Parts: sequence; structure tokens; C-alpha cells
Amino acid sequence: MDGETLAIRRRLAGFLRTLRDNGFRIGLAESRDALRILAAPPYRRATTVKPALRALCCGSRVDWRAFDDLFDTFWTGRGVRTRVAVTRAGAQTSQRTMRSLAEAGQAGGLADAADGMADAAPHGRREGASRHENLAHTDFRHLADPAAMARAHDLAERLARTMRTRLSRRWQRHRRGRRPDLRATIRASLATGGLPLDLVQRRRRRPPLRLVVLVDASGSMSLYTSVFLRFVHGILEHFREAEAFLFHTRLVHVSAALREKDAARALDRLGLMVEGVGGGTRIGDALADFNRHHAARVINSRTCVMILSDGYDTGAPERLGAEMAALRRRCRRIVWLNPLLGWKDYQPVARGMAAALPHVDLFAAAHDLASLGALEPYLARL
Amino acid sequence: MSSPDRTGLASCLAAVGYVADGGLATALALMDMLRRPLLLEGEAGVGKTEVAKALAAVHGAELIRLQCHEGLDRADALYEWNYQRQLMAIKAREGADADAVEAHVFSERYLLERPLLAAIRREASPVLLIDEIDRADAEFEAFLLEVLSDFQVSVPELGTIAARSIPRVILTSNGTRELSDALRRRCLYHALDFPDVEREAAILRARLPGIDIALAQQIAEMIAAIRREDLVKRPGVAETLDWAAALMGLGVGRLDADREAVFDTLACIVKTREDRGRLPRAVIERLIGRVA
Repeated sequence: MDGETLAIRRRLAGFLRTLRDNGFRIGLAESRDALRILAAPPYRRATTVKPALRALCCGSRVDWRAFDDLFDTFWTGRGVRTRVAVTRAGAQTSQRTMRSLAEAGQAGGLADAADGMADAAPHGRREGASRHENLAHTDFRHLADPAAMARAHDLAERLARTMRTRLSRRWQRHRRGRRPDLRATIRASLATGGLPLDLVQRRRRRPPLRLVVLVDASGSMSLYTSVFLRFVHGILEHFREAEAFLFHTRLVHVSAALREKDAARALDRLGLMVEGVGGGTRIGDALADFNRHHAARVINSRTCVMILSDGYDTGAPERLGAEMAALRRRCRRIVWLNPLLGWKDYQPVARGMAAALPHVDLFAAAHDLASLGALEPYLARL
Repeated sequence: MSSPDRTGLASCLAAVGYVADGGLATALALMDMLRRPLLLEGEAGVGKTEVAKALAAVHGAELIRLQCHEGLDRADALYEWNYQRQLMAIKAREGADADAVEAHVFSERYLLERPLLAAIRREASPVLLIDEIDRADAEFEAFLLEVLSDFQVSVPELGTIAARSIPRVILTSNGTRELSDALRRRCLYHALDFPDVEREAAILRARLPGIDIALAQQIAEMIAAIRREDLVKRPGVAETLDWAAALMGLGVGRLDADREAVFDTLACIVKTREDRGRLPRAVIERLIGRVA
């Protein structure tokens, strides 16, 4: 092997490492094939080798978009340290401007402590009840001290986890078919000397439920969002197919941030949403964005869409109604969880809420952990 | 077997009526060189399925298609025994030697070939199109990965069936579900977008040989403009071809000369009520004015 080939090989190894650093899925087999491409005569020129390596190394549209920049930087920008990669840049800037969501939520909780004190009594500790039980019925508004907050977070997460296991087990046990399974019938007929007395039925195995959660992160919801996000984090971790979005004045896809294993860090990464807090909510616009750009990908016929919002919309209620109708046509069920519903004497008279209600399958309270837990049987029946 | 390089392949594809860009031709050439499947991703209507058809035509190979759907399983994709015939055969041979009957019943005569098995049992290597893989379940995807890496299938009653020829495999995805990393890594990847104006005009000329060159250009520009509008369902290449054929059938020579015909034939490209509402007459007039 001559020196030139060796040098090219080294450069290629460096390039593949750069790609790996940027989240490309490249294993040994890909490295080997990349060498084969470079060794083939048609791919000796930069114009031909670029599309070839792109076809080999990319695995998704995200990769596809990043590849050209990475390639050009590495092969033409001599000596540029490519670890400062194109794809990272966006994430870093947003992290810098972010305020920690967890902190924001807790700060809100502390600020609320003063007026929380006044009516904390009815939600105070009950004799004889366990601490968990106690916490389960405490309105999230009244979770003042950080320790109680942390416990609520843990509980929310555990709740999401148990919901997942119970739901999936139920699907497996439930097996009554409509079509005969010939293979199994013949096997069963051995017991009766080849006469197929017992017909074995089968039916399509049900794919697991898919959950799409839309969380309202506007100012009016700020006391609830951090607990909800913890709940959503638990759902995302334990449902095989789930997606999460945040909305205030616009829609943010947050599944990737919430897939972070450590819940506190996941919430940290979500600081982005804080910029919307205090502004109004435009639920209709957020839903339109969702219907247009995300629905085709994340919604199938067995999807339940869960909206966590108080329904205070600064946009036109007609728009919200129309977008809810469009969403309703696509998915299986819409669950709207409204923390205000847990309040005494609350009526859903806000114009936005009234426009959305006709399209909602389940309208339920979500002001404490018990109300979140009460959802499980409903989801199991979907 | 000769495998043409990328430029040769691009002209071969053009000869069978598929206008490919350089990246796609490269990816198709690499399929032969590296023996990897190709994953095509893109919106509905960008011509993913057509790639497989064109590739089959270029190589003069058979096209075997596996359409994925929810609940697709091995029996639909790989093989199944013909139970009814087996039962009949057993009844017909009652009293005969049991071993002989068994050997007879589990022979290839009673094996129903499904697309995946068919693809590896052909003498000449076919093009296997696995369409809309994102609609199948994750379990099926894992199973598919196994078949695609070994190219052999084991049927317990018959033994292992090894591939006679390695098929060229094209997978397509609309992105309705996230595919597994393992599958993405195994495959070459190409993101297919709507063709640009020049390429769409070239496609029109290739597919509708009688079309006026100026009209093809106008239609391509008009479609590009409509795709930029805020639509629920953007028209695909198939819709463009339908529309061009309809306009030709009505004897339209230029879009701006016969606006009535343009408006009447919009049904070819706009297929939901919402989109129809978003493209009122005024908008269409404006777009025609721009391409005229």
C-alpha cells in the first residue's frame, strides 16, 4: 500500500469519526464499505464520492441534511476542528438561553406558597392516611415545598410506569379471534385422532397503544406544567410509542429532550419553553401546526391524543374548533385534561374550551395525582 | 452480470422513462457494489415506488413487491403451508405408509410462496420492493432484518432454503413511524424530494412523448408553485402526469390560453376539500399569470 492510499484511509477514518460524533450510526461494516467505495475507480473524485458516502452513511433525514455541511467542512476546510459540528450548534445556543424548567416550576411553587397557605388546611395531612395517599389528593397548586414537589414528581413518574405495564399485559391476555388458525387447529386435532373437533381461533395481535401528549406551557398553567412534564417523562420512558409536544404561543416537539434518562436533566433541557410563559396561549395555532407538520408521522389509527391544558385561548375559538375537528378525524380518541376541572364550581365556559369540547372524547380533571391515576382504566379500554 | 456505473445507470434509467438525479443514480450503483438494500424516504407521491420499477426494467429483472401493512406477519410475507391441500392429500392417501404420506405432504408442492421467499428462490436476481415498511410492526422489521442479512429462510419441515440469487432490495418509507437504527444502518439511504422544475419537465417529456415542450415547462412551474402553497396534500409526480395527460386530452396548448380548462381539471391534482378551498379561482389566476 503506497503512502497516498494510507493517508486517504487515515483521513477517511477521521471523517467517519466526525460523523459518529454527530450522531450518525456508523459501525465497522460501514467503515469497511466506505473503504471499498474509495478504492473503486469511479469514486476517486470529490463530486462522485460525496453522494456515494452520503448514501452509505446517512440513515435519516436529519443525517441527510447535516451531511453536506460536515463533508465540506471536513474535506475542504483544512485543519478545521470538526467537532464543533453543525448539528450541535443549535442545541448549544438554545441551552445557553434556557432557564431551567425545574427551577422555574419550583420558583412558581414557592411564590404561590403565600396564598397557598390560606387554603392549605383542607388539603393538609389527614390522620391515618399514608403520606402517598395524602399527596395523591393534593392539588398541584398547593405543593409548596421542594421536597413535596419532588415526591409528587416521583409519584407521577411511577404512575406513568404502572399504567404502561398494566395496559400492555391486558392486551396479551385478551385473545378471542374471528378467524380460524389452521396450523394450531391441526396441532390440536392430534388429540382427537386427526379430527379437528376444536377450532382454534386467532385474531390480529393488537399493536400497543400509541400516546401523543400535548402539554400547555402557558403562564396560566405554570403551576401545573412541571408535574405534568414529569408525568409525561414517565410515559415517554415506558410507553414504546409515545410522543410529546409543548405549546404556548407555538408548538415545540420535545420527545427527544424528554427521552433523557434522568428526569431532572430532561426538565432542564426543556428550559426553551420558559420563553413562552407569561404570554398568551394560542391553542388553535399550535394545533394547526401539529396537524400540518407532525400528525401524519405520529398519529395512526390507534393513537390517543392527550391534551393537558386549561383551555384559556387567546386565539379565535372558531380556529380551535376547526383544528380540533381535523384532529378528531385522524386519531382514535382525544382526552382533554383540565386542571381547573378539579376546582369546585368550575364550568368550562371559556370560549376556547367551549369550542373544543364537542370534539373531545374524555374531558377529565388533572389537578392531582389521583385524577391522573383515574385515567388508566379509560386508556385500557381504547 | 454487468453492473453499470452511476453515469451508465442514469442513462439506462432515462431510457426506461425514469429521470433520476446524480445522488439517486449513485445510490443505485452502490447497491450492486456493496450488496446493501436501499432505503428511500420521502413524501407520498415523490416517485419512490417508481424507482424500483425502473430499476427492474433496467436490469430486465422481475419485480417482486411486498406491500407492508399493520399486522403483516411471516405467513403473509415469507411462506405458508397449503393446509387445505395437505388435509385433502392426507385423506386421499388414508391407509398408505405414514412416512411416505408425511414426506409427500411436506414437499415443496404444498408450500405457498410469499414475496420474500419468492425473491430468494429466483434463478435470476429480481428486484424486491418492500413498500411502506413504516406501516409494518416493529417485530416484522426485526424479522426482515434477519432475512435481509442472511438471505436464507429456514422452514422447519423442509430445512434451510438458501438464496439462489441475491435480490436487489428497495425499501420505501413515508415516515409514519420511526424505523429502527439497525435497519437504517443496514441500508443505503436516499431522501427523495419532489423534483425541481427542470427535472419535472424532463419527467413529463419522458412519460408523455407527445407533449409540447413549452407546455411541459409551464405545467412543471405551475405544479412547483402549487406545492409552495399551504396545502394539506401536496400533489405528487403521478398527479402531475395525470394533469398533463388531462390537459393534453382537452387540447390545451398553453395554460394561460385556456384558463377555464385549467380550472376544470384541478381535480387531478387537488384532492381534499380543504385544499380546494385554499386554491380559489383568484389564486389559480395569479399562479397562471406567474408561469405565463
